[in-house]
Amino acid sequence: MSDRPPERELDSLEARLRDARSRAEDIVPESKEKNQPPMSALSLAFRVGVELVSALAIGVAIGWLLDQWLGTRPWLMLVFIFLGGAAGILNVYRMARGFGYAAGYQREENSGDDEPPDSGTRD
Amino acid sequence: MAAGQSPLAQFEIKRWVPIEIGDLDVSFTNSSTFMVLTVIAVSAFLILGMRRNALVPGRWQSMVELSYIFIANLIKDTVGSGGRPYFPFIFSVFMFILVGNLFGMVPYSFTFTSHIIVTFAMALVVFVGVTVIAIVKHKMRFFTLFMPPGVPMAMAPLLVPIEIISYLSRPISLSVRLFANMLAGHTLLKVFAGFVISLGMFGVFPLAFVVALTGLEIVIAMLQAYVFTILTCLYLNDALHLH
Repeated sequence: MSDRPPERELDSLEARLRDARSRAEDIVPESKEKNQPPMSALSLAFRVGVELVSALAIGVAIGWLLDQWLGTRPWLMLVFIFLGGAAGILNVYRMARGFGYAAGYQREENSGDDEPPDSGTRD
Repeated sequence: MAAGQSPLAQFEIKRWVPIEIGDLDVSFTNSSTFMVLTVIAVSAFLILGMRRNALVPGRWQSMVELSYIFIANLIKDTVGSGGRPYFPFIFSVFMFILVGNLFGMVPYSFTFTSHIIVTFAMALVVFVGVTVIAIVKHKMRFFTLFMPPGVPMAMAPLLVPIEIISYLSRPISLSVRLFANMLAGHTLLKVFAGFVISLGMFGVFPLAFVVALTGLEIVIAMLQAYVFTILTCLYLNDALHLH
């Protein structure tokens, strides 16, 4: 190594760096399970609560606003309270299954399996 | 406990330079002061740290490079190479929250992240931005997010509102997590600090607890900045790679 002139060495280093970078270019994250925020039991419990309540709050807000707009008080709000509760349960279910934070359903390979991914059981 | 010494007094907004434009109160408050201080501190940390721009970094420069690489890797791991254009935004969000939280740990300072309106505004920027990115990138296909494939049409009237509510609840759960952690931690510190005096000689026990809790709070300050950032990345990933 040392008998080569230092410029050549830097050049080859540059080339190898460029090579490595271009290989890193097209990485698409393959699994989401590894990229979850760190979780302790307390933060897990806290998150469940927040997910439930925030979806419920959004449901109530949407129902209330629609009622104001359409003058159908209190019926739409009653409907949206239940929809909000369902959305909250859905959020928690996705979280527990390790689906992450995604809205909508995940790809097929995730939704079919019976055993929950690692992150669901990690604490 | 005297009035004004309540554990919640630390969160009070004080108008330092009252400014009113029309009916709008845009006073420069203690909250704004600490936000400006945070921005100045982050800028100084980054710009002065990289001032020498040495090939072999010194201590300060390695701290700057470490924070850069940390976020760059986070984006690469969660979003992939498609997330690179959004690095400046995510890095700014991370540094702003991190330094803001850590400033809050300095005695007599003000923690602006302990106000829901601040965290909610940040979460809303992330949410609206991510939604706009998704719509621009996927056009109408974005709306298939609310109607998963393979679901019978009869279920749609029930499922679509639920999915929309679930999607809309993201900024709330994002902001509440940061705000509640900061608010609860700082209140707890003040409550236990209050016990130190009122218990007299036995005050050493709460004092020891407060010392331990301060350490925990510093960890939480960093952790919550990280959580906010990684959630931003995950939302961005959802927007870029629609399922």
